[in-house]
Amino acid sequence: MKSSVITFPGSNCDRDMDVALKKFGFKNKMVWHDDNELPKSDLVVLPGGFSYGDYLRCGSMASKSKIMQSVINFAKSGGLVMGICNGFQILVETGLVPGVLLRNKYLEFICKNVFVKLDNKENAYFKNLNKDILEFHIAHNEGNYFCTKDQLKEIKDNNQIAIYYCNSEGKIEDQYNPNGSIKNIAGIFNKEKNVLGMMPHPERMIDESLSGEDGSLFFKNLLNNIK
Amino acid sequence: MKVSAVITLKKDVLDPQGKVIHQALDGMGFKNISEVRQGKYFEIDVNENDPSKAKAVVEDMCKKLLANLVIENFKIIETQ
Amino acid sequence: MEVNEQIAIDHGLKSDEYKKICQLLKRTPNITELGIFSAMWNEHCSYKSSRLHLKKLPTKGKKVIQGPGENAGVIDIEDGDAIVFKIESHNHPSFIEPYQGAATGVGGIMRDVFTMGARPIANLNSIHFGSPQHKKTKNLLRGVVHGIGGYGNCMGVPTIAGQTSFDSSYNGNILVNAMTLGLVKKNKIFYSKAAGLNKPVIYVGSKTGRDGIHGASMASASFDEKIEEKKPTVQVGDPFTEKLLLEACLELMAGDSIIAIQDMGAAGLTSSSIEMASKGNLGIEIDLNKVPCRETKMTPYEIMLSESQERMLIVLENGKEETAKKIFDKWNLDFAVIGKTTNSKNIELFFNQEQVTKIPVNILVENSPMYDRKWKKSKLPKKNKIKNEVLKELKIKDVLKKILSNQNICSKEWIWQQYDHTVMGDTIQKPGGDSGVVRVHGTNKAVAASVDSSAVYCWAHPLTGGKQVVAESWRNLISVGATPIAITNCLNFGSPEKEDNMGEFVECVQGIGEASKYLNFPVVSGNVSFYNQTKEVGIKPTPSIGGVGLIKDYKKMISMDLKEIDNLVLIIGKTEGHIDQSLFARTILDEKNGPPPEVNLFNEKNNGESILNLIDKEYVKSAHDISLGGLLVAISKMCIKGNKGIKINKSKNLMNEIEYFFSEDQGRYLIEINKEDLKEVTKILDKNSVYYEEFGIITKNDIIINEKTKLTIDELKSYYTSWLAKYMS
Repeated sequence: MKSSVITFPGSNCDRDMDVALKKFGFKNKMVWHDDNELPKSDLVVLPGGFSYGDYLRCGSMASKSKIMQSVINFAKSGGLVMGICNGFQILVETGLVPGVLLRNKYLEFICKNVFVKLDNKENAYFKNLNKDILEFHIAHNEGNYFCTKDQLKEIKDNNQIAIYYCNSEGKIEDQYNPNGSIKNIAGIFNKEKNVLGMMPHPERMIDESLSGEDGSLFFKNLLNNIK
Repeated sequence: MKVSAVITLKKDVLDPQGKVIHQALDGMGFKNISEVRQGKYFEIDVNENDPSKAKAVVEDMCKKLLANLVIENFKIIETQ
Repeated sequence: MEVNEQIAIDHGLKSDEYKKICQLLKRTPNITELGIFSAMWNEHCSYKSSRLHLKKLPTKGKKVIQGPGENAGVIDIEDGDAIVFKIESHNHPSFIEPYQGAATGVGGIMRDVFTMGARPIANLNSIHFGSPQHKKTKNLLRGVVHGIGGYGNCMGVPTIAGQTSFDSSYNGNILVNAMTLGLVKKNKIFYSKAAGLNKPVIYVGSKTGRDGIHGASMASASFDEKIEEKKPTVQVGDPFTEKLLLEACLELMAGDSIIAIQDMGAAGLTSSSIEMASKGNLGIEIDLNKVPCRETKMTPYEIMLSESQERMLIVLENGKEETAKKIFDKWNLDFAVIGKTTNSKNIELFFNQEQVTKIPVNILVENSPMYDRKWKKSKLPKKNKIKNEVLKELKIKDVLKKILSNQNICSKEWIWQQYDHTVMGDTIQKPGGDSGVVRVHGTNKAVAASVDSSAVYCWAHPLTGGKQVVAESWRNLISVGATPIAITNCLNFGSPEKEDNMGEFVECVQGIGEASKYLNFPVVSGNVSFYNQTKEVGIKPTPSIGGVGLIKDYKKMISMDLKEIDNLVLIIGKTEGHIDQSLFARTILDEKNGPPPEVNLFNEKNNGESILNLIDKEYVKSAHDISLGGLLVAISKMCIKGNKGIKINKSKNLMNEIEYFFSEDQGRYLIEINKEDLKEVTKILDKNSVYYEEFGIITKNDIIINEKTKLTIDELKSYYTSWLAKYMS
């Protein structure tokens, strides 16, 4: 299975994502933001980091870079595009997924483990996963998901909410919301469910010596789903 | 009374954000720019009817908190 | 403008120093030259007050590839890998503008490391603030933490450990010390020594602005009346550009284009160009019109003294200019050939086709002043006699509660949660442990690092304090299973012109030297920060020691959380009941006098090495060194982290329980072992003549101190975790 990870100026989880994808069997290529064409891919990943320094609005300038036009076309033709953290911020700036990511409610960068609950398994990302609650890791300053009431109704009606912040038992409550996201939303899909944006970093949880191993589950499952 | 204040980096202080925004705009085809500088804008509703007094209060705020005069300037731009 | 003695003095030079300059040059310097001298001869670049004493530090060892004198120290971690590391202060700027001051401190130290060809793999910091009650403390803390995070997080380098303290001596002078570790292949280390004639000198990175040009210098004031507008003394950091600079430099370094490279830190273009020339015993010629400038009408003086961040100076091989330019263009960074190396052994600067500076390089470097400042020796204070009645009145539980929630003990999670500590996917021990640990990417090895200081001990008796900090750094590495290799030091002191402060410096350095020599733990890099004082009062002497060690098999790493019920906990090292200068004495008895605990280097070495031996044989399940706060604080942290309790044995020690539990005797650790291994473990300890006691047995969830005193883990947690978050909210 072929994947592509886009490197923007200021991306800093591109290597981590490359390591994770390769570990679980993807043939991954790194793609430079200034390239015109995507290589043939089954999955495109917009990695975490601080593209363009997070200046102006996170993701805003990266969403205008050259490669993004072909990423958008790829997504519109049904290709799988996953944005993690800054990648999620870039996705919302392109409009591929609805909403915006505001500064964390407590105005501080947060780096810690969180639990997330899967809401929708009818998609290439989570189908067949034998767990509903995953322990993931977040590291961000602007992950406070926000959208308008109408948008919220729409994404709910379309089952576009991918994951919610919760506790280890899967309770979705305010106290388990690390950044003030509306309805504890940690990740969402586009309408067609081929584009996923989420704040947590599965690539930081891929072996037992790290913060956890639920990232391994996610990647193994993803590969199997794409095969 | 509402008082507005604009905080900008002093002329010779590097503005990394402005610089990168400039580059991005240039890349998008906005070629006619010589410089972009980014600042902060505040609207403060002061319980005070006398414009000059209201301005003085906001000026004080700028000096003591809103701006760091080591690297920033402030300007009170309007009252209403 | 005519230069005279007054202008020189306004530049921070002494009258004698100015006379020496004129003598050496055999003429009066012009203003640009004077600026260059003032930068090169100031304390920061010339180490004029400290050099004499720093020479005495042990800097060599089997594992040392590069000691002090380069951008950073380098140590060998086998298999062709090396670690580049250094700590540096950014105290004064952080007090004036905490966010930018701290951010540029982090940026500067990372540049020092990647200048040598190493990719930064971990950041650490040691930050010290005034009393929590002081009106500035909260904002300074918040600003500094945001600044450190803002820069390090954006760079994508994990911040894996640190230290935070509060003491009223820092009320008017906070300390921000930043440390970075980088990983490099031994045969791809880059140095700052220029070599070869007519080699192109190139400038890369950000443009030069009027950042950080000596605010105090009156001479520059006369360039323009609007001095306030023109003279920002604090630089603004641009971590995004630095990230690009890092990637671009590493890309260029992968080839064979670079002869020498030096980052432009303090005194910017001046010190970087002169250092490269001096090390290569060459001259250097620069056309200042070619330096990329951010502002219009910058003068040679300003260009040479600017401290704009995110810039590098490189001496290239001939003919590699195009290759290099392509890389920097790709990363959208400025690139300019600004000069060349010469055989004149002079630094020669041109501006608008005129020569504006010509100074022999050796005058600036070798002839820079060195002072043997007067200093006062400290006596070891007399021991306090603490009355038994006073101790008997205290309840252990109350004391423990107060100490666990003390600002200098309590959990600093509020701080380190704001630092990305997991990016790069190799952090296997997060902040909050004895050391931070990162794997060497793609190998079975890991590198441990910790940063420590004990200003209170250093203040009470500098010689002992200096030794103690090194010993503590050593213990923190041992506690995670790392073999200590080398240290870097950041020496934060008051004015060297005051005998007391200078004495503190001299004796702390002596203590550091003794301990690092004995422990075979050499100093490979460092930095001195003097004049940390408000009015006439200096800060408590605060040498920060950054220690680095190697774990050959990362799966053998040890952490402090208790692992299993029914396992035993042993105390390694003898508890003598030394209360003076302990946190207990200061916070509970309000007693600030007396000597710090004695440091017995034989015991430190013996205990540490024995524990490493036990770890290697896989007997140790968890470990923690006993330091600030004493025995009960140490076990509390292990209980909290492991979410387990302990039943503490009645001590055979005859001293008062309070002294037993809260004294801060050195050279001690707690280790957890399996019951079945007790015999084997004690055999090894006995054989090595290591003193140990059986401290207790691990239980489900209570810490049972004696028949009358018992606490739940939740109680401990609430004491330990609440203070800082509450203070900052």
